Formats: sequence, structure tokens, C-alpha cells
Amino acid sequence: MGNHISLLLVIVPLIAAPLVAVLPRGRLPWATSFVVSIVCAVFAGMQLWSVLQGGVISYELGGWAPPWGIEYRIDAVNAFVALIVAVIAALTLPYALLSVEQEIPEEKIPTFYSALLLCLTGLLGITQTGDIFNVFVFLEISSLSSYALISLGRSRQAFTSSYQYLIMGTIGATFYLIGVGLLYSQTGTLNMQDMANILPTVLHLNTVITGFTFIMVGIALKLALFPLHLWLPNAYTYAPTVVTVFLAATATKVAVYVMLRILFTIFPQTFTIATPADELFIVAGMAGVIIASVYAIYQKNIKRLLAYSSVAQIGYMALGIGFASTTGLMAALIHLFNHALMKGALFMAIGAIIYRIDSCRLDQIHGLGRAMPWTFGAIIIGGLSLVGVPGTAGFISKWYLVTAALEQSAWIPVAVILIGSLLAVVYVGKLIEALYFKPVTDNGKVVTEAPLMLLVPTWGLALANLYFGLDTDLTVGVAEQAAAILGGMKP
Amino acid sequence: MEFIIGHYNYWVVIFLMMVGLYTVISRGNLVKKIIGLNIFQVSVFFLYISMGTVEGGAAPIIAEGVKVYSNPLPHVLILTAIVVGVATTALALALVVRIKETYGTIEEDEIHNLDHSL
Amino acid sequence: MKPNLILHVIAKFLIPLIILFALYVQFHGDFGPGGGFQAGVIFSAAIILYSLVFGLESGEKIIPHHWLRILASLGVVIYAGVGIESLFLGGNYLDYTILGSNQIAGQHLGILLVELGVGITVAAAMLILFFAFAGRGRE
Repeated sequence: MGNHISLLLVIVPLIAAPLVAVLPRGRLPWATSFVVSIVCAVFAGMQLWSVLQGGVISYELGGWAPPWGIEYRIDAVNAFVALIVAVIAALTLPYALLSVEQEIPEEKIPTFYSALLLCLTGLLGITQTGDIFNVFVFLEISSLSSYALISLGRSRQAFTSSYQYLIMGTIGATFYLIGVGLLYSQTGTLNMQDMANILPTVLHLNTVITGFTFIMVGIALKLALFPLHLWLPNAYTYAPTVVTVFLAATATKVAVYVMLRILFTIFPQTFTIATPADELFIVAGMAGVIIASVYAIYQKNIKRLLAYSSVAQIGYMALGIGFASTTGLMAALIHLFNHALMKGALFMAIGAIIYRIDSCRLDQIHGLGRAMPWTFGAIIIGGLSLVGVPGTAGFISKWYLVTAALEQSAWIPVAVILIGSLLAVVYVGKLIEALYFKPVTDNGKVVTEAPLMLLVPTWGLALANLYFGLDTDLTVGVAEQAAAILGGMKP
Repeated sequence: MEFIIGHYNYWVVIFLMMVGLYTVISRGNLVKKIIGLNIFQVSVFFLYISMGTVEGGAAPIIAEGVKVYSNPLPHVLILTAIVVGVATTALALALVVRIKETYGTIEEDEIHNLDHSL
Repeated sequence: MKPNLILHVIAKFLIPLIILFALYVQFHGDFGPGGGFQAGVIFSAAIILYSLVFGLESGEKIIPHHWLRILASLGVVIYAGVGIESLFLGGNYLDYTILGSNQIAGQHLGILLVELGVGITVAAAMLILFFAFAGRGRE
């Protein structure tokens, strides 16, 4: 096997996707997808292990040597992100069985799982590849399948929000394509390593600077950085629950990874720091944290509330990138991991509520915390982690973020991070108040605890929030190595 | 003058790009938005393909007596991008069909009113 | 649908030629310009022309919908399968060289199979798109 693992990580879901699409109705499509996701998670784990032990893995597709052929190049950074994506997929699929059977019409279920696997292929492909154009192809594979997945939501707004996402996502991807074209015209290569070697000689050219800007804007759209986040709340609110869980925990994370690669691996850091890119990230990040958190407080729909909170959390990651120091990048990577855990847990728990009462309006869930104690427990843990209470994973990422800010004596970002946490207390508080302290709305329905198939993955992620809040060896250790690879020269 | 004539392909690309992007942003009709998006994407295809041209170069197939070949790589890249574009357009049109069926209109402002008058 | 003699005669004359041209583009792709993408689209154009002229029902009789689905999947599996085959033979993914006895034969065979997969998927996907859009609103 050896190096083939890095390739099979992408190929296994790719082959499974068309097969699942032609499987008969019933539970077979789900079972196949579940097995595939487990296989991917195992492969991703093995890959991270071998990268941590033996250094960079390079895989030449078709046996063509880079820079001519496409190369998969895996170091600690992408092995880490690939593991996040694969593990979240493996936890989402057992959860999917019941939730999908309730929300998706039966004849569409095989297609649903096929699209989910294609989305997984795209996301894993982005993390594996070392070719800048290949990133575009995988980006579009994952985006197109996620547009289709979002449009399967039950309300009619699912169509309009999917359309809105499609327009903005395609503009973002096309901007990225323009940028890649401009860079290719000056460097004559598409391989990331090769481009990184050639770029320092052509950095003064306007073409390169324009290309850099186009790529920045394109990826910022994909990762829903604050002023470009408009597609995200609608898409997350109206998508089927499983899709929301999966996309919230993975899609934006992968875009953050692409951003890190462009800023710190492909372009020399002296260039990145000399451009206003890092300052822009800090400003956009701060604005995102404050404004999106305030928006979250005023939402009446729980999924929408958490979606705005996601925009705010992306703001924290943007802050980490903007600091451009080793600690800042570590903070961004740790938060990438931890946010996947907390939002995964929260959206899954909310999904369990939707499964029982078929609504996600804040005024419909009064008092449900007492009827569904286990679901409520998971929401409390996820919420505390979102706020950043010590002992949860969220605290670790905020701790490193504040450390990075203090290193540069950046007092305003420190204040913003603290205010953001206070705002998170407010919106998480609103959720918990409605679930536990408001009197039960009496509409004759008896609500019972969610089925075990939904609770086990939810609690898996909730406990992971606690575990990674106490034992930081894996997250901090890997993030340290990854940040060292990316560099982060700014003191 | 040399700057304008010598880079005419880029001027075409920039013109198309702006027309496309403007259409996407300014039109409220969902189908017109897709048309704009298509023009925008096609301008990028032109950018790549005109970039790959080598003056006096032949098609990149080895033949006797030909010394200079055009760069085939941008063509291959754009073949992929065209396929992506077709898939995007098909998906977008499919969504518009469903929107028309559920809302009865494809004007953005009317859809907005329908959603908020509930 | 009102039958139109000119359309029927011309279409019957053109469709075999279009299919022949599609096959030429498909299998000549390794010597000259051509390949699976183009061939798939040309092939599907023949069937789309037939459906336009003779009515959607007769078009759907040529290839039933669930077959199109299977064909679209089959193409991807052929493509990926060639890659997996080269893995089993000890090379890297999609390394055609080891598929044949020497490098040229291997590359030749590999590209032919891969393009065949591409052609099948593209043709089937184009037809699925056409029937999905054209059939909408009738049922």
C-alpha cells in the first residue's frame, strides 16, 4: 500500500459515488457510503501518522514526474485537514440514516448519498493535491455537489438559497481560475512547489499581484469571510440537516486550508506580509466576529443562529491567518479542528430536535431540554465550547489566538475576541433558555428523547469537545508542526 | 497605441468579463443572471486560450517540418473548465425550473416578496 | 407532434453520419484531435436530434432512463478502474505505461480505455440532462 493511501483517499469515494447512484432503494446506498467514509477516515489517520513519522509524501499521478504531471503532496498541514474532513464524514454518515429517511423523498436517497460522496471526494481532493489547477477542479466537484445537496432541503427557500450559493460560489471559483491563469502566464507551471520556487523572481510584475488578488477574493468568497458571507446563512438554514452538519464542519475549513497554502506556501511570506492581505484579514476577521455574533443573537431560527455563529468563527480563523505568526497560524489550525467538533456537535443536536418536532424555530422548542435530556446535554457542551469555557476545545483555540495577538501587542483584536466570546454567551444562552427555562408549549404532542442512532454520533463529537479541551497533544502537536511548515515569519 | 492594439485579446477578455459580471449583479431575472455568469466564464476561457497561443505556432501535434507549436496545456485546462461550466449551467437551470414551479416566478424581487409576506 | 416530411428525411439521413463521426472522433482521439468529451457530446447530439424530430417518447425508447443512469456511472467506473488496474500491476494510479508490453502500447491502450469511459459518461450525462429538461412539465 504505502504511498497509495494518499491517492485511495480520493479515489475510493470517487468510485463509490457512481456505484451508490445506481444501487436499489433501501438502506444499501447508506451502508455503502458508511463503509466508504470509515475507510477514508482510517486512510486519513494512517496518512497523518506516516507524515508525522516520515515527512512529506509525494505521489505522482500516472507516473509523470512533477512539475509536468499532477502531484499529490502531503505534509502535516493537509494531512491534518484531510483527517478532519474524513472523520467528520465518518461521524455524519451513521447520523444520516434516520435523518435522511425522514427529510429526503425515498426515490432520491441513492442520489443523495452519491452527491454526498462526490462532495467528500472534492473536499478530500483539495486537501491532497499539490497542483493549483487541480484545486479548482476539486473545488468545483465539491461545490456543485453541495449546491445539489442544499437544494434537496424541504422548504422552497432551499431552491433559492442553493441558487444564490451557486451564483456566488461560481463567481468565487471563476475569480480563482482567473488568478491561476495569470500566475501560470508568468511562471509557466501549475505545481505548487515549482510555482513557489519560480514566483520570487517575478513578484514585482503587476500580473502576479493581480493574480494574487483574484485568488484571495475568490477563496474569501468560498470560505465566507465576513463581507462575502451572504450565501452562508441561507444555505445552512434551508439545507437538509445532514448536509448542514457536513458542510458546516468541513467545507469552509477546506477553503481556509487553500487560503493558507496560497498565502504561505506558494507566495513567499515576505510578499504576503508586504501586501495589505494580512491587515485585511485582521479587519475582516474582527468585523465578522462582532457583526455576525450580533446578527446571531437576533435570529429566530436555530439553524440560522448557528450559521451566523459560523461566520463569526471564520472571523477568528481569519484573525489567526492575519497575525501571520507561527502562533497565529497554530491558532487558526487548532480552531479549524475545534470548530468542526463544536459546530458538528451543535448542528447534530439541533438535527435531533428537528427529527422529533419537525421545526427549528426558537419559539417551538420551549422546554424541550427536559424532554430530551441527552440532546440537551450535547447542546450545552457544544455551546460552552463555542463560548470558550476552560475545559472545552473552544478554550484552547481562543487561548492560542489571544496569545498570538498579545505577542504582537495587538490590543484591539484581543478586545474583539473577548467581546465575541461574550456575544457567544448571549446567543448560546438564548438557545439554552428556550430549551430549558421556558415553559413547555402545550400542543398535545409528547416529545421523547432522540433515537440512539442520532445520539451516539452527537455525543461522540460532544465528548471530543471535552477530550480535546483537556488533552491537547494531538491538536496542538500537529498544529505546531503544520504551522512550522507554513512558516509564519512575522514576529 | 501599441499598448491597445498589441493586447487586443486582453481588451476583449476584460470587456466580456465586465459585461458578464455586471449582468450577474444588476439583473433580477434568474435566467439572465445565468447568462451573465456564462459570459463571465467564457471570458476566462478566452484569457487562457489566447495566453497559450505562440505566434506562428501550429497545433501541438508532432508533424514534419513544423518547429513551433502552440502551448496545449491551457487548452486542456479550459476543456476541464468548460465541462465544469456546462455542469454549473445545467444545475443552475434545473434550480430555476424548480423555483418557477414552486414560486411561479423567476424575478428575484417577486420571490423575495413571496418569502417575506408569509 | 405533426410529422414533417423534410425534417424526417433529413434527420434519418444525418443521424447515422453523426454517430459515425462521433465514433471517429472517439477512436481517432489518440492520433489526432478528438477524444471522449467531444465524441460523447456528438453522439448524444444524434439522439437528441432524433428526439426533437420524432418526439420525446420515441427518443426515450432508444435508451430507457435507468439505462442512462447506469451508463453514466459505468463510464466513471471504467475510468477509475483503469487507474486501479495500473495500481494492481504495480504502478502509480493511471500509469498507463505498465498496461501494455512496452511503453507505447501501454499508453495507447490506457488512453483508449480512459477516453471510452469519458465518452460513455459524457454521452449519457448529456442525454440525462436533455430528457430531464425536455420531459419536465409533461407528466
